[in-house]
Amino acid sequence: MRYLVSVIDDKSNPGSTDRRPAISAFNERLIAEGYWVFAGGLADTDMATVIDNRGEQAVFSDGPFVESKEYLAGVWVWEVPDLDVALKLAAEASKVCDRKIEVRPFQ
Amino acid sequence: MSDAVQEAVTRAHHEEWARVVAALTRRFGDLDIAEEAAAEAFATAVERWPADGVPPNPGAWLTTTANRKAIDRIRRENKRDDKHREAQMVYGDDPPEPVGAIDDDRLRLIFTCCHPALAMQTRVALTLRMVGGLTVPEIAHAFLVSETAMEQRITRAKAKIKAARIPYRVPSAEDLPARVCGVLAVLFLVFNEGYLATVADTDPIRHDLTAEAIRLTRLIRALLPDDGEVTGLLALMLLIEARRPARISAGGELVALDEQDRGAWDATLIAEGHRLVRERLAAAAAGVAPGRYQILAAINALHTSARDIRDTDWSQILALYDQLVRLDPSPIIALNRAIAVAELDGPQVALAAVDRLGDKLAGYHAYHATRADLLRRLGRSQQSRAAYDRAIELAGNTGEAAYLTRRRDQLQ
Repeated sequence: MRYLVSVIDDKSNPGSTDRRPAISAFNERLIAEGYWVFAGGLADTDMATVIDNRGEQAVFSDGPFVESKEYLAGVWVWEVPDLDVALKLAAEASKVCDRKIEVRPFQ
Repeated sequence: MSDAVQEAVTRAHHEEWARVVAALTRRFGDLDIAEEAAAEAFATAVERWPADGVPPNPGAWLTTTANRKAIDRIRRENKRDDKHREAQMVYGDDPPEPVGAIDDDRLRLIFTCCHPALAMQTRVALTLRMVGGLTVPEIAHAFLVSETAMEQRITRAKAKIKAARIPYRVPSAEDLPARVCGVLAVLFLVFNEGYLATVADTDPIRHDLTAEAIRLTRLIRALLPDDGEVTGLLALMLLIEARRPARISAGGELVALDEQDRGAWDATLIAEGHRLVRERLAAAAAGVAPGRYQILAAINALHTSARDIRDTDWSQILALYDQLVRLDPSPIIALNRAIAVAELDGPQVALAAVDRLGDKLAGYHAYHATRADLLRRLGRSQQSRAAYDRAIELAGNTGEAAYLTRRRDQLQ
């Protein structure tokens, strides 16, 4: 079962910035245990561009599709047997990243 | 339907519903199919048993019938969708788990319904439906939401269990205590809603809910006999339930512990509750530290041991509250502790302790009711009246509001 694991940061109360070594070690473990599919940290939401080409011509707009205090700072994709395994890893991930985590199944 | 057959159907529903739903969920890996097939099997029993007689093994009859209904439904859906949409045997390929004392499908069902990934209200509704066998209208009525809203809540929960793959299994030994704790919280919430309905316009005591909570806790105890907190919660519920006959006056007013007719308490429930508390005291003496439900049960055992309010062993009760505060430093526990303090050290000392909780409990009716009572005992009528006013304003329970109003109006 595949889950999208989102790391949520808060602009008004950001998590600490010294987490890289811990996250790398956690990733090594995810790989060793066979859960790791993909991981990536994201650039700031200001760097985003939204494209809407449902009308006659494509409209590009600068910035994220929704402005919010909380935003997506990075993602994982995990392949795990069930939600209990995902939640257990996510609880560790939240500590490791010093941020909130959302776990959401793929269809 | 004759009374005997009616009784057999009711008994089978109580004893077999959870077993049937649990077995089918395991076989078909789908709560929805299991629930519907179980409901159909019981409907068939209601139709057939009066004519055919009650089968010698109602549980086996119901499981077989429900299995057949489930397979019929899967075939129907396959035909309709014109594709081979087998019921997902999602969990069929799991390695068989070791057979032990707790290898029971009903436990899997309970842990799935009380999974921490579901909202508390959803856990309550799902547990009452899937494990308790209450109908959706019954649950909707119990929590005063519309049937449509309750149906949606349960449907959404079943969808999440499936889509997010909430596992159908008993948690590992390492996770078990925390997960059992979650299950007990659901059952205690159901019990408390019955014991003191928080919403206006219902009966002050909802016996249907307290009875259901006790029944389900008995079931968990049968499945997890070695868990001290399960035993503690059952004892606690029994000792509170035992006082029910004395808790409401003929006029629908709540009767406080000091004014209750103790002769009206249910001696059988008290005896059972006391036996369970003694069982846990023996374990505590052997070095097993008691959890909060066991301590609360012991406090209630002291109340139910006193033939008269004046015989209450308040120093023991205070010692137990001290123990409880160390486990759970919540302001509500501290408030209840202050009531024991008032009996031992007088209302002045207790009031000082209660006043320290004002920041955290200002919106809680019992905080104001306790203050009102202490102020009354200190002869500070005017302040007592103001506290009663605030307590009445905040009390959601009609019987409790009536009681507080009478106490206020008795002030000199």
